Amino acid sequence: MTVVRVEEKVLNENQRIAIELRRRFEEHNILCLNFISAPGSGKTTLLESTLAAFPRGEKIAVLTGDLQTENDARRLMRYGFPVQQIVTGGVCHLDGKMIDRALQPWPLETIDVLFIENVGNLVCPSSYDLGEEAKIVLLSVTEGEDKPLKYPSIFHKAALLILTKIDLLPYVPFDIEAAKTNARQVNPGIEILEVSCSTGKGMDEWRAWLAERRGKRQGVGSASRGSLENRN
Amino acid sequence: MHEVGIANSILEAGRTETARRPGAKLMGIGVRVGVLSGVDVDALRFAFECIVAGTEDEKVVLTAEDCPRMNRCEDCGREYASPQLSPFTDAPCPGCQSHHTSFVSGDQLDIAFVEVEEP
Repeated sequence: MTVVRVEEKVLNENQRIAIELRRRFEEHNILCLNFISAPGSGKTTLLESTLAAFPRGEKIAVLTGDLQTENDARRLMRYGFPVQQIVTGGVCHLDGKMIDRALQPWPLETIDVLFIENVGNLVCPSSYDLGEEAKIVLLSVTEGEDKPLKYPSIFHKAALLILTKIDLLPYVPFDIEAAKTNARQVNPGIEILEVSCSTGKGMDEWRAWLAERRGKRQGVGSASRGSLENRN
Repeated sequence: MHEVGIANSILEAGRTETARRPGAKLMGIGVRVGVLSGVDVDALRFAFECIVAGTEDEKVVLTAEDCPRMNRCEDCGREYASPQLSPFTDAPCPGCQSHHTSFVSGDQLDIAFVEVEEP
């Protein structure tokens, strides 16, 4: 019997595609964010509120994944930005190949910010790199504050946790400080925002987070362009 | 939840490695699964058994090694696993009790080896 040492990632093929996507996003200075949460935590609603505040003409695009239906795309299209539904037909997560295929009709020069709304699922999407700059995990206050401990993988990999539906805090037994402590136990560096799309509370902070990330991405882009010019 | 897809990728990797060796037969595959990988080892074993059942790879043995979350203490340099009771958390250093720690590993999902029988 021969034992062959392999040492490669199981999701090697997805990783290869994700690296290529990330390279293309960087080349075009695109800020790509991957939104992940359980079904019903408010990903689509947060994206609606976010899109509604952008002036038309901004270069924003959205890919939204679901097992079935184009309902989310219909909701998001009302804001005048390009939106594409990815129907996975039963697959519980988006993978790199689906993103690559969905982006084909869009010239990347026409995009500054790409929002990817993953399939509602706290488990599987955490395993699949989509070439994003950051994963954002949503947790609504109608869920359990121990979710970061029950589903640690995604809370470990996310750069930002958005606690949603905070207008409902007076009516639910959700312990917001415990939720934050749990998330930081899994990922000490995670940033945390609290928002309500119904009252608008926390939306300014969320938009500021987004603007800062966008500024950094475009700053990095112009710096690398500058260095190319210097070389020439 | 997506363990069947993962099991398929593992089997594919084993077949690819075997195909590089003319006449070889795939006998086993070893994987390392971190506690933060999002993959459940029992579900993975079950999924693997299901996909090889009734095929020429029915006898292929999947060896899955559970890997803990490893942390490094930035104060005393010690590397240690998070305790069994809270395996996912960034636990304080068991040596000097420092909370000044960093993440080393625990989210891996890797093929470690492939076992083949060669003619």
